Amino acid sequence: MTDVAAIPVLDLTTASSGKLLRRRIMAHRGLLIGTGLLAFIVLVALLAPLIAPHDPYAQDLSRRMIPPIWYEKGNWVHPFGTDNLGRDYLSRVLYGAQISLLIGAAVMVISGLIGTALGLAAGFFGGRVDMVVTFFITVRLALPLILVALAVVATVGGSLWVVILVLGLLKWDRFAVVMRAATQQVRVLDYVAAAEAAGASTLRVIVGEVLPNVLPQLVVVATVEAASAILLEAALSFLGLGVQPPLPSWGLMIAEAKTYMFFSFWLIAIPGTALAVLVFAVNMVGDGIRDVSAPAGRG
Amino acid sequence: MLIYALKRLGLAVLVAVVVSALAFLLLRASGDVAIALAGEGARSEDIDNIRRIYGLDRPLVVQYLDWAAKMIRGDFGTSLFFKTDVHALVLDKMPTTALLALFSLIFALAVSLPLGILAALYPNSWIDRLCLALAVIGQALPSFFFALILMIVFAVMLRWLPVSGSDSWAHFVLPTVVLGYYIAPAIMRLVRAGMIEVLASDYVRTARAKGLSSRSVVLKHALRNALVPVVALSAVQLGFLLGGSVVIETVFALDGLGYLAFQSITHKDLPVTQAIVTLLSLIYVGLTLAADLANAWLDPRIRVGGGS
Repeated sequence: MTDVAAIPVLDLTTASSGKLLRRRIMAHRGLLIGTGLLAFIVLVALLAPLIAPHDPYAQDLSRRMIPPIWYEKGNWVHPFGTDNLGRDYLSRVLYGAQISLLIGAAVMVISGLIGTALGLAAGFFGGRVDMVVTFFITVRLALPLILVALAVVATVGGSLWVVILVLGLLKWDRFAVVMRAATQQVRVLDYVAAAEAAGASTLRVIVGEVLPNVLPQLVVVATVEAASAILLEAALSFLGLGVQPPLPSWGLMIAEAKTYMFFSFWLIAIPGTALAVLVFAVNMVGDGIRDVSAPAGRG
Repeated sequence: MLIYALKRLGLAVLVAVVVSALAFLLLRASGDVAIALAGEGARSEDIDNIRRIYGLDRPLVVQYLDWAAKMIRGDFGTSLFFKTDVHALVLDKMPTTALLALFSLIFALAVSLPLGILAALYPNSWIDRLCLALAVIGQALPSFFFALILMIVFAVMLRWLPVSGSDSWAHFVLPTVVLGYYIAPAIMRLVRAGMIEVLASDYVRTARAKGLSSRSVVLKHALRNALVPVVALSAVQLGFLLGGSVVIETVFALDGLGYLAFQSITHKDLPVTQAIVTLLSLIYVGLTLAADLANAWLDPRIRVGGGS
C-alpha cells in the first residue's frame, strides 16, 4: 500500500503537459510493444468471423490431430493443425481471443465499478466509512479466491456469464485498496477544498475533482486486474469449472489437449502461448502507463 | 505494543467470524444441499425428509451457529463423497499442502532475495534486466501451462522426476518450482525497491562514511531494513500459496488439501468444501495477524503511528 501512496499524482489536463505526455508515451518501448500486441489481438478477435479459415465448431473425425505447418506432416488447409475432434485449431484460437478479451474487459468493468466506488468513498469520507470499507477489503482478502470461484461455478453451473459475474464480484479488492490510498492523497489538496468551499455537492467534488486525478492509478489497476481475470478464467476452464465445451476458451483447449500433450505438444503450446502473449501485452500496457504517468519512474 | 496487539487481535477475530459466515452462506446459498444429498431422481418427499434430518429447514442463522459451534469443537461433519469424518480427512491432507507451501516460499525467497539485492546494487545492468525478464514472464505464463511444460520436459523427456502423484520427495519438486516461481516476482520487486530506497538513505551513507566495507553495509545495515516489508508480503503470500495450490495440486495429482478441495467441489461434497474454505480463510487471517505483529515489533513507527 505504501508504494501506491508514493506514486505522484499527475495533472494531465494542461496543454503543455499533454504534449510532454505524448512525447513520453512515444519514447516508452514497452508501452508501444504492449499496445501494438494488444491492438493486434483485439483486431484478430473482432475479425475472427472473417479471417478464420474454418468453422471453429465443425468436427471432422477423418481429419483428427493434423500437426501445424511447421511440422513435416502439416498442411496449409489447417495452418495450426486440428484437435482430437478434427476441429481447425487456428479458427479455434482466433475465436478464443474473443472469450479471453471479453472476460478481461467485463470482469475489469464489474470489479472496477465496485472497487472504485468503495475506495473513493473510503478515501474521501474517512472515519467510519473508511473503517467499514477497510473491513470489507480485509474480509474479501481472507477468502481464497480460486476456491470460492470454483465452488460457486460448480454449484451454479459453468458458463461464460457465470464466470464473468463470479470473478467480477470477487476481484474488486485491489481497485478498492489503490483507489482508497490515491483518494486520501488527493482529498487534502487545495482544489478539492476550493470546490467544496464553492458549494459543489459531494458527488460533484468526487466525480469532478477527485476521480480525474486518481485516473492514472485506476487505469494501471484496471490492466493488472484484466490480465489476472484472463489467467483466472483460463485456470477455471482448465479445471473444467469455467467456460464449458464446445466454446474455444484457451484454458479449456489446453484441458482438452492434456491427454495428447506428450505426443502432440502443439495442442497445448498454441493456446498456452496465446494466453501468455495476451497477458504479457496487457501487463506491458499497464506498466507503460504507470511509468509514463509517474515521471519519477520506479527508482 | 500491547494496545496495538489487542486491537489487531480483536479485528482478526471479527474478520474470522464474518469470513466463516460468508463461507457458510456463499456455498449454502449457491445450491440446494438437500437435493445434492438426495441424489439424482429423488422424490420430493425424500428431499423434504433429508431437509428435516439434517436440520436444513431451520433458519440460516441457527444453522450457521450450529455449524460454527461444531467447527470450533473440531466436528466438521461427514464427507458426502468419501463417507468419512471431514476433520480426519482434512488433517490427513494438511501436511502435504503445508509442506508444498513452505517449500514454495523457501524456493521463492532463495531465488528472489539474491536476485533482488543484485538488481538493486547494479540497476540497469544485465542482472537487473534478467530479473525484470523473469518477472515479466512469470506474470504472463499461466501457472497450469508452465506446470505442463515442466512435466513434459523433466518427467517425460528427461525422466528425472515423476509425472504426478505424492509418494516421495521427488513428487514435490515440480509443484514447488511452479508455485514458487509464481510468487517470486512480487517478492523480487519489493526487495529491489526496498534495497534501492535504503541504500540511498542517510544511515547507509553514514555507515559507508565510517569506512565499513560495502559488503557489511549491504548485508548488515541495508538488508535488515529492506526486509521489513518482505516479512509481511511473505506471510500474505503463504496464505495465497495455500489457496493457489488448488490448481497446481490438481495438475500434479499431489494429494493435498488443494486437490481434496477440487475433488470435493466436483463431487458437490459440501461439508468438505466448506471446511477447507473456512480453514484456509482462518489460516490467512492468522498469518496476516502474525505478520502485522512481527512488523510492529520490527518497526516501532507502525505501532505508534497507528497508520491505516
